[in-house]
Amino acid sequence: MTVAERTPLVSMRNINVAFGGVHAVEDVTLDLYPGEVVGLVGGNGAGKSTLMRVLSGAHPADEGQILVDDRPVTIRNPRDAKSHKIETIYQTLALADNLDAPGNLFLGREKTTRVGSLDDSAMEAETRRVMGRLNPNFTRFKMPVKSLSGGQRQAVAIARAVYFNARILIMDEPTAALGPAETGQVRNLVRQLKSEGIGIFLISHDIHDVFDLSDRISVMYHGQIVGTVEKGSVTPDEVLGMIIMGKQPGDVTEADKAAIELRG
Amino acid sequence: MTNMADAAPVSAKTQPPRRPPIRGLIAQTEIDLRLFGMLVALGAILLIFNILSGGKFFQPTNMVTLAVQASGVAIIATGMVLVIVSRNIDLSVGSLVGLIAMTYALLMTDWMPNILGIGPDFPFRWAIALGLGIGLGALVGALQGFIIAYVGVPSFIVTLGGLLSIRGVVWYLSSGAAVSGLDPSFQLIGGGAQGSIGGPLTWILGIVGCLAIIALLVNGRRQRRRFDFPVRPVWAEILLGTVGSVVMIGVAAFANANLWPQGLANRIATEQNWGPAPAGGWVIPTGFPNPIILLIGVTIVMTVIATRRRFGRYVYAYGGNPDAADLAGINTRLTILKTYVLMGMLCALAAAIASARLNGATLDVGQSYELYVIAAAVVGGTSFAGGIGTIPGAVIGAFVMQSLAYGLSFMGVNAPGQNVVAGIVLILAVGFDTFNRRRGS
Repeated sequence: MTVAERTPLVSMRNINVAFGGVHAVEDVTLDLYPGEVVGLVGGNGAGKSTLMRVLSGAHPADEGQILVDDRPVTIRNPRDAKSHKIETIYQTLALADNLDAPGNLFLGREKTTRVGSLDDSAMEAETRRVMGRLNPNFTRFKMPVKSLSGGQRQAVAIARAVYFNARILIMDEPTAALGPAETGQVRNLVRQLKSEGIGIFLISHDIHDVFDLSDRISVMYHGQIVGTVEKGSVTPDEVLGMIIMGKQPGDVTEADKAAIELRG
Repeated sequence: MTNMADAAPVSAKTQPPRRPPIRGLIAQTEIDLRLFGMLVALGAILLIFNILSGGKFFQPTNMVTLAVQASGVAIIATGMVLVIVSRNIDLSVGSLVGLIAMTYALLMTDWMPNILGIGPDFPFRWAIALGLGIGLGALVGALQGFIIAYVGVPSFIVTLGGLLSIRGVVWYLSSGAAVSGLDPSFQLIGGGAQGSIGGPLTWILGIVGCLAIIALLVNGRRQRRRFDFPVRPVWAEILLGTVGSVVMIGVAAFANANLWPQGLANRIATEQNWGPAPAGGWVIPTGFPNPIILLIGVTIVMTVIATRRRFGRYVYAYGGNPDAADLAGINTRLTILKTYVLMGMLCALAAAIASARLNGATLDVGQSYELYVIAAAVVGGTSFAGGIGTIPGAVIGAFVMQSLAYGLSFMGVNAPGQNVVAGIVLILAVGFDTFNRRRGS
């Protein structure tokens, strides 16, 4: 892919986040192009989720710049992010368990009638429409989402991101809680959204997911980007090596390999 | 409303219903079973006291008095639902009622004539006082809400501080003295024969209630048809409409069976030259007392706020999952602050009823209200885990608690005995509810 000449959909420049004295994210620069999936991998505490929380407005950066379509934007809270068409599917799904599917899908962006009342019928109709595309078997539109299965809850969370015409989608461990069939559905959905020109950041522990879906893979280690590689130019083992050692494949010495062998 | 019954017809399509036939039929009416159960419990309590008292309890006078006594707590309980649903608590409501009641009394006896230059003959003095009281309630609520939502001090602590300090302010306002002598027009807020809306208006209200029920059913059905959603069977709609209308008319008839006392009727008749009393004395139905009208209005408005407005949706979303509400872009802090502002305004309405009934204010108006209000909300199905609770449930909860207290005192049980029963009922109600929920999930 010749991404160099095109304008990035979103560009994060020199992002820094610190919690107390700990640098959770240190001087990270990352681009995302339209129709591209960038896999973001790294060990626990590598800073993947924190970096994405900066972009989704859940936790503002201490330093750094975010550009959308080459224009600098300020993202201080989730509302700012959504106004730039940045939608997030959180690992925890971030659903209000006591509300039903339409209530969650439209949370914070409810449809109202002319007098400002909630238009529940219209919201339910829209939910039925979008869920019909994502999960045709879904019928429990009036149940609190607490009573839904993991896959159904995931479908609600995805529907919420997709419905509002996201241009930039952040998926934090989208398949972590799902069975094989539902994981397949999510993968198909990612491909479909990608073909529609949406840019996707995919955070995942599952290296196969990442290799299957991503165009490029960025590896984080101790809050920094070890490297961003084209999927075709690396093997899963090399990426695993980057995750564990925090070094580019070329920089790995025999001593490093020996250390890994020793650790088993 | 998101309850189990609502979704029944939808799931019935995909899986054949294997529940016993009666439960299936009840499910098809889509009535809120919890609310229905509470109404049945309330009816049972009233019936038991009626039997124990040999049929004396279930008289219009008693029922109207009971309702008026419950109205203040019920009004505040509607706000407490939103506060508890959003995982907070308000312990200061009793003291705030006391503060505002004292404010009403001082406004009308001292401040309005002496400071604001609003003499006794000024029109709508009662409304000015009420408006100022509501404003004061909103202000105190906003202050507490700000400290809770924006500074981040736990609501239990902030409102516990409010409970102590606001009651202290009441003492300073009146230097410890009771203040009496409210405007006659203000006293009407408290009910009584003259503070009721009378027979014809009560009938009209009953009929309007019937029409509203029918309109809601028809409109709901049309909405669901418009979007091709499953609808209730027609027999269920007709049943709901009929039962609802019968209850409306029945309540209106019951209120109108409560008559003006003869002495009062005779006095007013002489004052206003109605002519000689008819044989058998004056028969003037009181109809609904004003506090009940106020309560009905508050219940409707609060239900609309809770279920049909964004603010209400955000309160429930926050209660269900505070993080999800934040990440959805909701201004959660402002939402919490607003629940306390609303609470303060409702306290002002309850204070108006309390002071109007007293024709003044003492130091202990509203004492222990916080306990009764929280009990009403919780008995009415509000969960301390957050996210769950309904306004009508809390109102019924207030009536359940008041029915017990009134019934027991009617049977000659003293106040400590009433408290023993109220406490036990509170624990039983919540225990039963917890058990039910656990079994249901």
